[in-house]
Amino acid sequence: MPAYDKVKIARKVSRPTALDYINHIFDEFTELHGDRNFRDDAAIVGGVALLNGTPVTVIGVQKGKTMEENIERNFGQPHPEGYRKALRLMKQAEKFHRPVINFINTSGAYCGVGAEERGQGEAIARNLLEMTNLKVPTISILIGEGGSGGALALAVTDRVWMLENSVYAVLSPEGFASILWKDSKRAKEAADVMKITAEDLLNLNVVEKVIKEVDGGAQNDFGFTANLLKSKLETEVEILQSKDIDTLLAERYDRFRKFGEFAEE
Amino acid sequence: MKLFDNIKSGIDKISVDNLKGKVDAIKDAMPKKEKAEKAEKNAEKKEEIPEGHIKCPSCGNIMEKKALGQLRICPKCAKLFRMNAKDRIKAIADKDSFEEFDINMESKNPLNFPDYSAKVKSLQEKTGLKDAVKTGKCTIGGRPCVIAVMDSGFIMGSLGSVVGEKVTRAFEYATENKMAVIVFTCSGGARMQEGILSLMQMAKVSAAVAKHSEAGLLYITVLTDPTTGGVTASYAMLGDIILAEPKTLIGFAGRRVIEGTIKQKLPDEFQTSEFLLEHGFVDAIVEREKLPETLERILKLHNIKKVGEE
Repeated sequence: MPAYDKVKIARKVSRPTALDYINHIFDEFTELHGDRNFRDDAAIVGGVALLNGTPVTVIGVQKGKTMEENIERNFGQPHPEGYRKALRLMKQAEKFHRPVINFINTSGAYCGVGAEERGQGEAIARNLLEMTNLKVPTISILIGEGGSGGALALAVTDRVWMLENSVYAVLSPEGFASILWKDSKRAKEAADVMKITAEDLLNLNVVEKVIKEVDGGAQNDFGFTANLLKSKLETEVEILQSKDIDTLLAERYDRFRKFGEFAEE
Repeated sequence: MKLFDNIKSGIDKISVDNLKGKVDAIKDAMPKKEKAEKAEKNAEKKEEIPEGHIKCPSCGNIMEKKALGQLRICPKCAKLFRMNAKDRIKAIADKDSFEEFDINMESKNPLNFPDYSAKVKSLQEKTGLKDAVKTGKCTIGGRPCVIAVMDSGFIMGSLGSVVGEKVTRAFEYATENKMAVIVFTCSGGARMQEGILSLMQMAKVSAAVAKHSEAGLLYITVLTDPTTGGVTASYAMLGDIILAEPKTLIGFAGRRVIEGTIKQKLPDEFQTSEFLLEHGFVDAIVEREKLPETLERILKLHNIKKVGEE
């Protein structure tokens, strides 16, 4: 399937959202709000829930399925306070020794006046730094779009997985084509060059696992993908919990340390 | 064509779903008359400026290039011109104290992106740099530190595998040798041509910063024009102490992208160092001439002794 067709599936309004997965996979999800600093950003949801009886912290970037919901959720584009809420919940997870599971679905961090005034760059940077040191097991799953720093800000985790029709990239194919070829209409071509599909990123070791979806996308059989993801999460949380913290953190450092291609004479 | 300067240089200042619509919106927002005036202005500019001279974009003063001096400051209005990494190091480090790390590291073409290798090669010849950062160790006022200086002359100082690896190694060296790190940032953001690997550099460098910080060591960032996109959203904003030069562009998203979103013009001071100081994101704005002594004082205040000092 051409990469751009996956982009289209990843962006489908009917595509299952973070809350769909959270409500299906976990029991007793208890949502917690706010960054304790400025406001509650509805583009990020988070709280505590049970994964097969084990308390975990779950966080997601939430898109809407209707125009109304999307306005409330800001089309899944978080402000700095959204990233700070996520960090607050992750630090809380660390305090109570709960694994963290993040569901990522964003075209990117919001680009606006308030976002700049409140330090969008600083908020993302802080998450990258803090997540490398979080003393609990962490897993992130890209369930739709994974756009740039706004996605990475929740994805510096021990494991990074992708649903089969999700995408993860340094920028949208439209943005990429516009920047490099000055023609956003060449997005399809850009998508092919960029290596943004789950399969490409598995080959580049950017992700460890790809979760299957039925033909046409997860919305056609939500239970199939959600149940598969649930069983994989149960296994993986157990594996990560069995590691001592120093090993876990050293492996997390190495996981990101290895990226890059360069030559030295 | 100034409109798309930032976008053109092959960089990421943005993370948008639908840039196309936004770009169109910006184009529409610019009336034809204004476009014509701009073109006229550009034509004039070319005619006016004699060989070996330069026009200050701030005050319009036309002067000999060498009138800017080593610090590249307009003598008439004090506007700061961009400095390359070599000149910056000369202005900051004690004479002959700089020892460069990883001199020969250069980029490959991980996505086999068309024309990328040729672009890198021609820039290497033009700038004498291998990529967009110089790293090494030096002393400032006799006090040792590790230093990384980005250079906007190389694909707009964009963060790709080489910049990410060199900055990461600089932090690892500093952690191992218990040294402070000073980074001069100057970047349009992630390097598009290396795709997802560029994004991963943000995490890689941030992890190295975290280790350095855990070891109780000092990290100072100096934000210089421009500091945007993925560099702002990673190591630029992670300094224990964040300094900025006056009137520097600092931000996450590109100004034009935001203007396209909100459909109105932003005030001139938006995303300047003064704006960031006001909103609490930089510790101090420091004049270019004052940077060496300011850095030396901060090193001193963190008990970093002069070489040979007890």
